[in-house]
Amino acid sequence: MLAHLPILQVIVPLMAAPLCLFLNRSKLVWLFALLVSAFTCANSIFLLQQVMSSGTITYQLGGWDAPWGIEYRIDELNALLLLIISTIGTVVLFAAHTSIQKELAEDRHTLFYSLYLLSITGMFGIVSTGDLFNVFVFLEISSLSAYALIGLGKDRRALWAAYQYLIMGTIGATFILIGIGLLYQMTGTLNMADIASRLAEVNQTRTVFAAFVFLIVGVCLKLALFPLHLWLPNAYAYAPSIVTAFLAATATKVAVYLLIRLSFTIFGIEFSFSSLPLQNLFLVLGLVGIFAASTAAIYKTNVKHIFAYSSIAQVGYMIVGYAIQTPTGLMATLLHLFNHALMKSALFLALGAVVYRIGSAQLSQFQGLGRQMPLTMAAIVVAGLSLIGVPLTVGFVSKWYLLVAAVEVGMWPVAVLVLLGSLLAVIYIWRIVEIAYFKPPLPGREPVQEAPWTFLAPIWALVLANIYFGIDTRLSVQVAQAASQSLFGINP
Amino acid sequence: MLLGLYNYWIVVLLMMIGFYIVIAHGNLIKKLVGLTIFQTSVFIFYISMGNVDSGSAPILAEGVARYSNPLPHVLILTAIVVGIATTALGLALVVRIKESYGSIEEDEIQIQDQLTEDKTSC
Amino acid sequence: MNLSLELLLQLTIILPLLATLAIVATGKHPNLREAVTISFSLAVLFCVVNLYQGLSAGASIEVFWWQLLPGLEVSFVVEPLGMLFALIASFLWLITTLYAIGYMRGHGEDNQTRFYLCFALAISAVMGLAFSANLFTLFIFYEVLTLSTYPLVTHAGTEKAKQGGRVYLGILLGTSIAFFLLAIILTWFVAGTLDFTAGGVFGDNVDTTLAGVILVLFVFGIGKAAIMPFHRWLPAAMVAPTPVSALLHAVAVVKAGVFTILKVCVFIFGIELLPNLPTTEFLLYLAGASVLLASIVAMRQDNLKARLAYSTVSQLGYITIGALLATSSGVIGSSMHIATHAFGKITLFFCAGAILVATHKSKISEMRGLGFTMPVTMFAFFIASLSIIGVPPAGGTWSKWFLLMGTMETGYWVIMMVLMVSSLLNIAYLLPIPYHAFFPGKDHPAAKTGIKEAPMVSLVALSITTLGCLILFIYPQPLYELAKTILTVPGVSHAR
Repeated sequence: MLAHLPILQVIVPLMAAPLCLFLNRSKLVWLFALLVSAFTCANSIFLLQQVMSSGTITYQLGGWDAPWGIEYRIDELNALLLLIISTIGTVVLFAAHTSIQKELAEDRHTLFYSLYLLSITGMFGIVSTGDLFNVFVFLEISSLSAYALIGLGKDRRALWAAYQYLIMGTIGATFILIGIGLLYQMTGTLNMADIASRLAEVNQTRTVFAAFVFLIVGVCLKLALFPLHLWLPNAYAYAPSIVTAFLAATATKVAVYLLIRLSFTIFGIEFSFSSLPLQNLFLVLGLVGIFAASTAAIYKTNVKHIFAYSSIAQVGYMIVGYAIQTPTGLMATLLHLFNHALMKSALFLALGAVVYRIGSAQLSQFQGLGRQMPLTMAAIVVAGLSLIGVPLTVGFVSKWYLLVAAVEVGMWPVAVLVLLGSLLAVIYIWRIVEIAYFKPPLPGREPVQEAPWTFLAPIWALVLANIYFGIDTRLSVQVAQAASQSLFGINP
Repeated sequence: MLLGLYNYWIVVLLMMIGFYIVIAHGNLIKKLVGLTIFQTSVFIFYISMGNVDSGSAPILAEGVARYSNPLPHVLILTAIVVGIATTALGLALVVRIKESYGSIEEDEIQIQDQLTEDKTSC
Repeated sequence: MNLSLELLLQLTIILPLLATLAIVATGKHPNLREAVTISFSLAVLFCVVNLYQGLSAGASIEVFWWQLLPGLEVSFVVEPLGMLFALIASFLWLITTLYAIGYMRGHGEDNQTRFYLCFALAISAVMGLAFSANLFTLFIFYEVLTLSTYPLVTHAGTEKAKQGGRVYLGILLGTSIAFFLLAIILTWFVAGTLDFTAGGVFGDNVDTTLAGVILVLFVFGIGKAAIMPFHRWLPAAMVAPTPVSALLHAVAVVKAGVFTILKVCVFIFGIELLPNLPTTEFLLYLAGASVLLASIVAMRQDNLKARLAYSTVSQLGYITIGALLATSSGVIGSSMHIATHAFGKITLFFCAGAILVATHKSKISEMRGLGFTMPVTMFAFFIASLSIIGVPPAGGTWSKWFLLMGTMETGYWVIMMVLMVSSLLNIAYLLPIPYHAFFPGKDHPAAKTGIKEAPMVSLVALSITTLGCLILFIYPQPLYELAKTILTVPGVSHAR
């Protein structure tokens, strides 16, 4: 049983997704989906433990040896990602039953859960597989279900957002497919480790360059790197709240993972950073992304939009850490992956609670909520502080490492710009705080009640995690360090 | 030399046509058509890639020693399935968009969205 | 009571936190709530005094909480400078609580529970800040202090309060994130440690240009020290209720700023290194300009609290100057000025608040003749003004004396002139207020009916602090002894 953990992570939610359709009663399906995702969560904890204690786990699918068969390969990085996705997936799902009651028609509930499980399956698949084509397949599984999930949104603009995301996402995925094809042409294999070892002979050919470019551009579309982010704000703003909370915390993270995996494991650091001016390109795009998106966030009137733009800015931080290309920089990126997942899921879930009560995420509707929904708003404030990077929250930890990484290699301007970027976060968070706490409740509105406990429990679990991992950083730092060092080929 | 690689030229041509349609057309159905052409070009790319010079179809037979590589064909079967799913989902979305907006033209939808935006923000 | 000193040290930080819980729990019963606040502030004062005795007896008191990241830990140590700050803050917390009861009730303020809660939180942050053993710990509490005082500044909830809060948060959080944090990271990068160490952490071979840049970043980054051009938050914060202005913006927050600067100068750079940095002189003149300009601006304010705020900006410049002079008299002067200015300024604010509660007047021009109706308040105002100016019989004399000594020793004649001129300006903007109160002149008939003295508790509070000003003059020995040992401490040793 223990030997099969890697495949169980993927296969269980995959099998469970169609089963949802048979249950056909909202509450029952919810419990079932929750059970499944709790299982994946426990499973990923086991996996992480195993990886940290005994090193990389490999699993041959169907008993076919790699490189012929498909291989699943879990190292520190994969295990970390699996943990993030499964935990956030479970915690967010906890609030789903309450949330979708107001946001979805009754007959769509079963579909929602089965799509949710499919989406999570896709992400698990991308992260755990060691086979490049398998990555594409799982990418499409998660993306297709994500398009459908977004399309479930109550607002008709959700449909339009889903359609746009579908077009952009498919172009991105097709680019990745082309890249994979070119790589296969040059190496005759699809196994990541195998490609990496064979690529050395042919890496000066134009075909490999083309493959690299196609893959990077495709992935950047998926991770909403500025200026390829256009699909993201509307998709997050009009999707059902639960979907937003889940996707914001996981979808871009998976794409960042792919970027790291491609450039470090498959192409190798040397090739990735010497063949193209990737460092400068990513540094500039990351920083411009931070500023452009944060500034956009300041001027938005829909809170979901504000946090969606903030997500784009946060992706910028991750890319900056990645572009510094030192073990510390990569560590900062990985920590931010983890930390940002905690912040954004808490924020969007809290927004979900607000939408549940007042039916809107317009900033002007937040008047007086500080007093009427104290716990929810307090959660937004704390998670917001974490987003700014105040000490004792997780945001500080990743920002600290990012700054240290920039200073280590003498990139002073980068360090300064990163700090200035977080000042912009202060502004957009404080706009919300001011309206929620210092304006009287809207005249003529029924007094708003505090969110139900099914919301508060997961929100505060995430908020407390924000604080806990900001104080006791051993686990996250240790894992991120191990992962980053193994990617750089340093033996600890 | 250039003509020897004619399959790639076809792939590139189809790809550009598809891409152009996606970008340039405002009609949602036409966009999907473009997207499908774009994807199909990649299918052709994979299929032609598997061809081995003077290789026969990869079916075991007497007296045949060279076979084409079957793996890309298999791969692309999967990709085709994915492509169909994408198109189907896209079309389903277009149907829903038509129902709720009464139009499948991009600019008209954007105008309507702008109107609702203005309404909610004031 | 036989509590270990380590426990007492932690209690000074934890007790105010517990107080917040107790305040929330008793929020519905004002009497109980205020009794809770007072008993907690007494307890904190008790702890701090015990710590002081322990320190005087030569005990070394250190506490380690946890390690956040490798090399970044949250730990505390008691040393004279922090002790001084903690003593002042805890004592004045008690007094301010007394005062606040009278003020808040007299003024009929809303949200009093939130007020006391944030107040206790701020005190907890001040205690943590005072006893920080390294820059990182200090930074954490510095930020907590900013965030916990924000709701106090915006207490009134009006548009003006929000505007003030925006400036407050913008400058304090902005400078601390953009400069202070950067300076800390650079320090860590150059020196490899953030622990406060006697003689500094940089060693002899440090690049003075780089260290000079770090110093500038520190001075600008510590926005709470209100060096121009980052002083705007302080007048903006005056929209807060007067007890807040009194304790936080005359004592806790601004003193946290200059305290941090002193700490950085003495224990990060060390007074050996400091004069050799290329930027020190520039910063000295900047602080001098800040002293002078703020005094001039203060003269033109008609709102009493605004005038006092600018006066604070100016006085904070004195302390920064003393720290940057990096001589023993400079440091002694600075640390004594933290104490004497605290007592002087809090008294002035108490008076301003008392006038506001009793007469609903905040304009200086309306205060003529008040001396007859509010004699106690106005007399206290007079004594406190003397302390700020620095003439006998008030405590400010001593600290200004040492500061002037410091400028003479180092030969910064311009700075010395600045300090003298500024003292003259102090006279010009402070003394007319009590003068006109008692001698309104013929056009302003005194004694309007209906105006009485402020509530009794408030009067008691302001009398105590006035007495403090006088005692600091007559009996400055303990204060001086404490200040003198700052530079001679064997330093902050680390067990680990």
